[in-house]
Amino acid sequence: MANYLLIDFGSTFTKLCAVNTEAEDIIETASYFTTVDTDIRTGYHEALNRLFQKIGKQIDFEQVIACSSAAGGLKMAAIGLVEELTVEAAKRVCLGAGAKVDLVLSHHINKTEVQKIVNHKIDIILLAGGADGGNAECVIYNARLLGEMGIKIPIIFAGNKSAQDDISEIFNKYQMDGYICDNVMPKVNVMNIDAARDMIRKIFLDKIIEAKGIKAIENEIDAVILPTPNAVLEAAKLLSEGYLDEEGLGDIVVLDIGGATTDMYSMCSVSKRSDVIIHGLEEPFAKRTVEGDLGMRYSAPGIIKSLSQQEIEFINKEKKVDIKEEVEKRYNDVKCLPQNEHDEFIDLFLAEVCAYRAMHRHVGRIEEVYTPMGKVYNQTGKDLTDIKYVIGTGGAIINTKDKESILKRTTNILHNPSELRPTDPIFLVDQKYIMAAMGLLKEKNPLLALRIMKKYIVEI
Amino acid sequence: MKTIVIGVIGADVHAVGNKIIEFTLTNAGYHVVNIGVLSSQEDFINAAIETDADLILVSSLYGHGEIDCRGMREKCIEAGIADICLYVGGNIVVGKQDFSEVQRTFLDMGFDRVYPPGTPIDNALQDIREDLGE
Ligand code: B12
Repeated sequence: MANYLLIDFGSTFTKLCAVNTEAEDIIETASYFTTVDTDIRTGYHEALNRLFQKIGKQIDFEQVIACSSAAGGLKMAAIGLVEELTVEAAKRVCLGAGAKVDLVLSHHINKTEVQKIVNHKIDIILLAGGADGGNAECVIYNARLLGEMGIKIPIIFAGNKSAQDDISEIFNKYQMDGYICDNVMPKVNVMNIDAARDMIRKIFLDKIIEAKGIKAIENEIDAVILPTPNAVLEAAKLLSEGYLDEEGLGDIVVLDIGGATTDMYSMCSVSKRSDVIIHGLEEPFAKRTVEGDLGMRYSAPGIIKSLSQQEIEFINKEKKVDIKEEVEKRYNDVKCLPQNEHDEFIDLFLAEVCAYRAMHRHVGRIEEVYTPMGKVYNQTGKDLTDIKYVIGTGGAIINTKDKESILKRTTNILHNPSELRPTDPIFLVDQKYIMAAMGLLKEKNPLLALRIMKKYIVEI
Repeated sequence: MKTIVIGVIGADVHAVGNKIIEFTLTNAGYHVVNIGVLSSQEDFINAAIETDADLILVSSLYGHGEIDCRGMREKCIEAGIADICLYVGGNIVVGKQDFSEVQRTFLDMGFDRVYPPGTPIDNALQDIREDLGE
């Protein structure tokens, strides 16, 4: 019999999930505040005590592994050449690796922008630009400027391969912490995610968790192995695709509304139809988007910004509230939990807006072009119309009464024919908040992780 | 190796000629970046920037070439590729208009070469060699 302990050092909570491999089941879960500001181990010990209390005794673990988004998560800057191409490709690679992309820069960068990289306390820079054999001048210029301005934070070069030698020289000359990698966009509209993503993961584990005071935990556990959003992405992929004989759920969307961000994951191919012409940068099967301006607490002001004055007045009248004031309250007390029905009602509304807007930005678009042979369709982004399940995770969804009304906001409630939103999905909830843990477990025992998810991620 | 971006502009879905152009130019020794049908001006320009292209070769078959191509040179200038070669061909306007006039219009719009309907791509190879210096 083997017990595994899976830990998620989140931005607010340290969540533990104990699993028994023989029973193929969760033993217990427990959580406590994350204490990375003082000593990350304190919160872990508290959570562990709670776990043992719940179980009723101490137990031993054969494996203890963790993911982390504590201490601000993994903050990245994505630099590319053209916005729709290498900039977007670089951004997607960062997101797929579980990072938050705090800065997105294009073309020749300037000194103010480099200064922003410093001010934003960026952890890793992903520098792209140029298809292989294409433009090399711009990315070399950008690398040199970063060098001249004394940037010492880790930089991954994943641009035009023809520029690699020059970039290596620049990295050496300015003694930068540089890493060379395959191009994120080797050909126009073709993406190459894996190499750069693996490099990001490696630097995160080798350097970033150390710098953030997370590494201290490794005296007590086996290892921190992933950024949390990356663990969730891995879990979602497993749940969708299945493993060996154990079937997956097929095409799914996962929505995670947090205090600071709203994350959307879709697991499906770009389109199933034969009558569409697909445009733009290649879409990954497992796609993650993050909205840094949509969240329940830190980023609640972003929700207000996304509304027009007219919409705000309408909401205030309709719901008999002062939505600006409510948002202000939450922003100033990010740890506050709803105390009464009124608070719950406002939180529900905020979560609904997050869900609606995040899908608006994640989902693909379609437009009709007429020919005598009938209509032809021009599509950009992913077609989610046939998605079978929309899964909610994260405290804001798990702890609310009306989960369905939040998740419904990902569908085409406004009947906008150009947005390829899920049409008629079944709504599931990650009731035990285990997706990150199962992403970790996937690294050790994918079959078990899949079975546990299928058991505990349940219909509303 | 010189790089040429090709594609069919606007809401135009005529796909056959585009494939032939890709085949012919590749055989002639060029690095061809084919962005396909239903491509906007921005799609051509973005691809040209990332690939450091020498020539953008625009096809328009359905007759709305003038509307679709208007302003393209200006956008190239804005995007920092002011000097890139621009060709256009196919059936660029509706019906049988006087071609010298049509040609004038497109040259004024900043295209370097403008081809009458029915010009096979092979006939343009000589011009490409001249303009790209290879
Ligand atoms: C097949 C076809 C279609 C098919 C296309 C299927 C597909 N996905 O490819 C369908 C049925 C969808 C179609 C639709 C339409 N079509 Co149509 N179609 C044709 C047809 C019969 C053949 C096109 C073809 O494949 N030719 C073979 C290829 C190899 O030749 P090509 O495309 O001309 O390309 C060569 C040259 O033009 C040249 N070339 C192309 N670009 C460039 C650029 C440069 C720089 C150079 C040097 C050379 C060059 O090199 C290419 C290779 O050799 C032509 C008539 C014809 N015989 O040309 C009409 C034709 C092109 N269509 C026409 C029209 C009007 C339409 C519609 C608007 C009809 C309508 N009323 O709805 C729609 C438009 C749809 C749309 N949104 O694009 C007209 C265009 C008239 C004009 N421009 O004055 C044509 C000429 C028919 C006609 N005589 O009226 N069409």
